[in-house]
Amino acid sequence: MSRLKILALLPLAAALSGCDYVVLAPAGDIAAQQRDLVIISTVLMLLIVVPVMALTVLFAWRYRQSNTAARYEPEWDHSTKLELVIWSAPLLIIVCLGALTWMGTHLLDPYRTLGRIHAERAVDQSKAPLEVDVVALDWKWLFIYPDYGIATVNELAAPVDRPINFRITASSVMNSFYIPALAGQIYAMPGMETKLHAVVNHAGTYKGFSANYSGAGFSGMHFNFQGLDDKGFDAWIASAKSAGGSLGRSEYLQLEKPSQNEPVRRWGTVDADLYRLILNMCVETGKMCQSEMMAIDAKGGNGHEGLNNTLPLTYDKYARRGTVLGPEPTFVAGACTPDAPQGQTTASIKAPADIAPLTGAGLKRPTFTPLKSSSFFLGLRPKSDS
Amino acid sequence: MSPELLKLIFGRLGFESLPLHEPIVVGTFVVVALGGAALLGGLTYFRLWGYLWREWFTTVDHKRIGIMYMILGIVMLLRGFADALMMRGQQMLAFGGSEGYLNAHHYDQVFTAHGVIMIFFVAMPLVTGLMNYVVPLQIGARDVSFPFLNNFSFWMTVGGAVLVMASLFIGEFARTGWLAYPPLSNIGYSPDVGVDYYIWALQVAGVGTTLSGINLICTIVKLRCPGMTMMKMPVFTWTSLCTNVLIVASFPVLTVVLALLSLDRYVGTNFFTNDFGGSPMMYVNLIWIWGHPEVYILVLPAFGIFSEVTSTFSGKRLFGYTSMVYATVVITILSYLVWLHHFFTMGSGASVNSFFGITTMIISIPTGAKMFNWLFTMYRGRIRYELPMMWTIAFMLTFVIGGMTGVLLAVPPADFVLHNSLFLIAHFHNVIIGGVVFGAFAGINYWFPKAFGFKLDPFWGKMSFWFWVTGFYLAFMPLYVLGLMGVTRRLRVFDDPSLQIWFVIAAIGAVFVFIGILSMLMQFAVSLLKREQLKDVTGDPWDARTLEWATSSPPPDYNFAFTPVVHDNDAWWDMKKRGYQRPLTGFKPIHMPSSTGTGVILAGLATAMGFGLIWYIWWLAAVSFIAMLAVGIGHTFNYHRDFDIPAEDVIRTEDARTKLLAGAK
Repeated sequence: MSRLKILALLPLAAALSGCDYVVLAPAGDIAAQQRDLVIISTVLMLLIVVPVMALTVLFAWRYRQSNTAARYEPEWDHSTKLELVIWSAPLLIIVCLGALTWMGTHLLDPYRTLGRIHAERAVDQSKAPLEVDVVALDWKWLFIYPDYGIATVNELAAPVDRPINFRITASSVMNSFYIPALAGQIYAMPGMETKLHAVVNHAGTYKGFSANYSGAGFSGMHFNFQGLDDKGFDAWIASAKSAGGSLGRSEYLQLEKPSQNEPVRRWGTVDADLYRLILNMCVETGKMCQSEMMAIDAKGGNGHEGLNNTLPLTYDKYARRGTVLGPEPTFVAGACTPDAPQGQTTASIKAPADIAPLTGAGLKRPTFTPLKSSSFFLGLRPKSDS
Repeated sequence: MSPELLKLIFGRLGFESLPLHEPIVVGTFVVVALGGAALLGGLTYFRLWGYLWREWFTTVDHKRIGIMYMILGIVMLLRGFADALMMRGQQMLAFGGSEGYLNAHHYDQVFTAHGVIMIFFVAMPLVTGLMNYVVPLQIGARDVSFPFLNNFSFWMTVGGAVLVMASLFIGEFARTGWLAYPPLSNIGYSPDVGVDYYIWALQVAGVGTTLSGINLICTIVKLRCPGMTMMKMPVFTWTSLCTNVLIVASFPVLTVVLALLSLDRYVGTNFFTNDFGGSPMMYVNLIWIWGHPEVYILVLPAFGIFSEVTSTFSGKRLFGYTSMVYATVVITILSYLVWLHHFFTMGSGASVNSFFGITTMIISIPTGAKMFNWLFTMYRGRIRYELPMMWTIAFMLTFVIGGMTGVLLAVPPADFVLHNSLFLIAHFHNVIIGGVVFGAFAGINYWFPKAFGFKLDPFWGKMSFWFWVTGFYLAFMPLYVLGLMGVTRRLRVFDDPSLQIWFVIAAIGAVFVFIGILSMLMQFAVSLLKREQLKDVTGDPWDARTLEWATSSPPPDYNFAFTPVVHDNDAWWDMKKRGYQRPLTGFKPIHMPSSTGTGVILAGLATAMGFGLIWYIWWLAAVSFIAMLAVGIGHTFNYHRDFDIPAEDVIRTEDARTKLLAGAK
């Protein structure tokens, strides 16, 4: 068995040759605390794992058949004292680890606002945290800085020692937003928002990427995260501002189309409402936002009229292309508002000139078309003509 | 022919569905086609079809079905491992601007197929096969409770495997990862046949698994021989019971969640879509409510095998039988309370995360107790290092590492930095290879002489052992390291050249494992050739302890001429100690179930229906479904379900054994 152990140690020996163990040497306080938990838990468990492995080797050697000097008790199969020890030893470890887990999980909850920016430094309450809205697109990251009115693709920067509040969503499929040097990951999911609170303590450039497979372009879905000093961050904001360009609803709909290995892009201005619209899946005009839908439903819903408030989908937004036996794809029409009266909203829904479908996996259009006139499962859904 | 008519006949299947543009797949197809043709030709030439059909395909004998499960598992292991080699090759090469040799379309299928095949069509058949073979023998029964159902279950599993294999050459497999999370797996983002292959392969095989679970529970609960109370059952039978309880309780969840996904994909419902009220997270919840117990479904029987092996080869009673049994039951129950630890990072609150984190850790207590029980079984024993025991020691040293990293991942803040990383990949391969695969190999080496009457060749067995074990460490320790560098899973290309060395080491490890697999095949071949030298006529080559060793090797069709009576949980050891004499007279006719081809036909029709649904060939699906109903109903009119083995045949068999035993002495 000793050969086994030597082989197990080989990678460890090679590991000493020096690599970037970012998980074990992060640059942000949250990731550092998570690293501490990784190490403490490992040490706690080694307390029992090492003796077990040592005993295994010892017993395996000592009680080998050829060693007739060792005691042999073929009928010995019970010892209450030993049983107590073998159940309570792991139990004690787990009690300690459980307590650690409970505290650690609450203290390092990504939704919790930061209590400190570093082991010795509390949060400076006079400085507002940096707000960043993150959108995972196929296959790039969109970052919106609502306080500065700028947006970037595949580039994120933050000032050192200033808490960052991320709000995270996605346009199409699940991704996971992960900057190992900064803090643990959290999923980015369409129509849902997750949050992450973190702070970077050391200036530098770190890797960020998606940690959940999301289709063909997944491998290229990474970005640089820059920790900058205050001056550097202001300069970075200024340069983004000066990049010009404006990210509005129609620009976003273009951006959202699947693309791979996107270079860094910046916009000097950004539609202040864009993140809310993306989150509620109503960037294109005429579509009801989820938040409105939920508000209506919370008040009891629209009854039968609500069922009819759908419009045929004229193009493959959100890749709703319909199914082989299902009805034609539809979406819920937006309610009219003073600035978008109903007739006007409907009139504005036109198939865009570019009707290349949004196939999330970046693929050709499927070879079937949904049944048009009828569906034997769901029946023809009456369409609102309003 | 008009396109409408073509569409009616072939659905969306056409010449463009054949992956002729993928040279790797075409090459594979040529090799498989030639091999398949040679196999079929050989079978025809040696006139083996009739023999195979009568003696194997239609058999209801649990022993033969068990062996067929093992063959299925080993064949699919070759396919799943080919995928693993391709992945290791791709990740080793794709550095410094190189795209490697697999495009995304192919690579994404490869890692999905690898996961699906290894879990559903390798680990499951190996585990089910061992349970099928051993459990009835261990409890002194003549077969399982429902022998026909057993045959049907096996062929349904084969049907699922056939669909997965078909996807290699006709169309494509899913490009979603092995659990096919929506929205990615929904029609919008996976419009092609890949996910449909995934769904119907698992649905067809899932029917088999569920029914086989029901069958084995009934067998264990109802068919134990006199004297075998629950607390006198061998530990492998106990772990099998718990595993099958898990199967019956969890596979329906998988069936339902896949059915909901297929409704989304076929008729436009919105269970897991992004809008119209769908919730992709609900899918993630449901699939892990099945998925986590699945892990224990695989590992519990392995624990049982290690218990039998440790006790046998230490020449000693199992230490702490009672606590072993309770530990197994506790694991069974707790395995239902931990599923959320697979998605701590989806934004559940801190209290929910800590609850599931702590329940997960609690599982390590009974598991740790088991580890100690094996340790103290070895303590003051006389350990013989035959192959099964070598695998067991390798398991004990390997599994504790995997267990430790598993508990580490159960700490939510630690999971936030390690989730979906290669650290996680290393962890679950550490427990599945170190636990389930090593367990299956221990079981194969242990029970092979029971099944075939000769031992497996130790030289090639040791080659296989050392290559597997060193290969495992070489392949997966680098992945732990890479995980700590923040490298995530399922990446196809890499930027950072400093990572490459680790992937090279891992690829070398995979090659070692490959040599290990080849050595195992060699071991089977060599043992078959040397079967006279390796022959065992006693039926008890290891001086073992449980009832399966009381009968001949291979056991007669009826297993036991007389139902044994049990007084101890090491029943056969106890019988040997008391100077048990085999009865030599008084044999009576034995009532046995008859073979039937219905299982093969039903499973074939189910597979055809799956194929029809995958390709939208509605007539094929409808015809197969109706035919399935008709055959099922027709089978109820089959009154030739059982027969009696005449007393003379029993006497002849038993006398032959008496002579053999006398010759051995």
